Amino acid sequence: MTIQADASEATSHATIPAIFPILETARQQVLEDGIGLTQEQLEEVLRLPDEALPAALQLAHEVRVRHCGEDVEVEGIISIKTGGCPEDCHFCSQSGLFDSPVRGVWLDIPELVKAAKETAATGATEFCIVAAVRGPDIKLMNQIKFAIDRINEAVDINIACSLGMLTQRQVDQLAEWGVHRYNHNLETARSYFPEVVTTHSYEERLETCNMVKAAGMELCCGALIGMGETLEQRAELAAQLAALEPHEVPLNFLNPRPGTPLENQGIMDGKDALRAIAAFRLAMPRTVLRYAGGRELTLGDLGTRNGLLGGINAVIVGNYLTTLGRPATADLNLLVELNMPIKELQKTL
Amino acid sequence: MTGVSTGSTSGVPIPNRPLTSQARPGNPAVVAPGSTSGAAYCGHCGEPYDGGDGPPSSAHRECGARLAMEPPRYCAACRRRMKVQVTPLGWSAECSRHGVLVP
Ligand code: SF4
Ligand SMILES: [Zn+2]
Ligand SMILES: [Zn+2]
Repeated sequence: MTIQADASEATSHATIPAIFPILETARQQVLEDGIGLTQEQLEEVLRLPDEALPAALQLAHEVRVRHCGEDVEVEGIISIKTGGCPEDCHFCSQSGLFDSPVRGVWLDIPELVKAAKETAATGATEFCIVAAVRGPDIKLMNQIKFAIDRINEAVDINIACSLGMLTQRQVDQLAEWGVHRYNHNLETARSYFPEVVTTHSYEERLETCNMVKAAGMELCCGALIGMGETLEQRAELAAQLAALEPHEVPLNFLNPRPGTPLENQGIMDGKDALRAIAAFRLAMPRTVLRYAGGRELTLGDLGTRNGLLGGINAVIVGNYLTTLGRPATADLNLLVELNMPIKELQKTL
Repeated sequence: MTGVSTGSTSGVPIPNRPLTSQARPGNPAVVAPGSTSGAAYCGHCGEPYDGGDGPPSSAHRECGARLAMEPPRYCAACRRRMKVQVTPLGWSAECSRHGVLVP
């Protein structure tokens, strides 16, 4: 892996040149007044020239410290059911509709509990159980209930789930079982969604998100950028997420997977990724903005640092669902070096 | 539905992969990612190595780099797709014939 030098250079110069009107506006509107930027304003941020990037990241960092605090939230994620999904999200190696090398596999509960313990030992407060499904069936719901009980017996950590689209009854069950956060991503802008997914609609995703919020669970609703969307659509996505007011937004950068329709999509430019981080923070001053998949490929080690100093206030520690992440110690040491405390566990059951 | 659909790593040393008790000694599936030594097939793309014990062909050079960022998907001995399980701090890959690899 080579670090994208241009991305790191973009934030390595302390001198901040000329005034950029959108950043002046954002300083008052977002930092002082706590009001996120509009879609049009976000588009301006995404179009800022390279020389404005350090100032944009600096402002985004000030916003996150002012409105979210110094803490960084650490989470581990794990796949309980991998592969064989009937949906056709064009970026996903777990769709059973593509010629992907990912084989279907279930994780057994003792392994899951062991992983939860290991995750908690890193200082993580969140453990997210993920399944590659359109939505859970009875078998999966029973497995989840059993897993939650075993994890709660063994370790003190908040449990989140990501099980696809839910019925109202399933939402109520998960809330009753103590799932404190539910992940369901919008992934991309409404206007680009049909290019990326054809087996379900944006509205169906929104429906699950709204049910989760109404049931009192925290909503984690993420983005995957670098899929060929335009800058307008990237701004549209940030604005649509902001309108949903999720507790957390995990920000993924496309890692083109073999066998998927997006396998030949290039890796996103590092500076564009940093501009997006700043823009998402300026769209959502109070939301947990989490570094998720693809950051290592798009931004490299220095980019991880730049993002943490540019609006990010949460990380996924260790590996992802089908690919590997930076070693957990690398991120944890970086937080120490940056003097950023890890958020402590507050059970919200 | 996955909260995180993608991922990778950088600057991670290429892991050694000892055999677990389920795999047989001398299993040619057990090779360092990116190495062709003793491997018939590329763990990333599943295509044959053409260099025998020689250096990886250019076709698999990128696969070698990828294998530092993701677990192998194909058994290097028999090319079967393996059952791969990734956890926050580890992974394992199982070939139904040749056993389990761990980092
Ligand atoms: S629903 Fe989730 S697991 Fe299934 S294809 Fe889409 S992103 Fe992948
Ligand atoms: Zn290969
Ligand atoms: Zn084999």
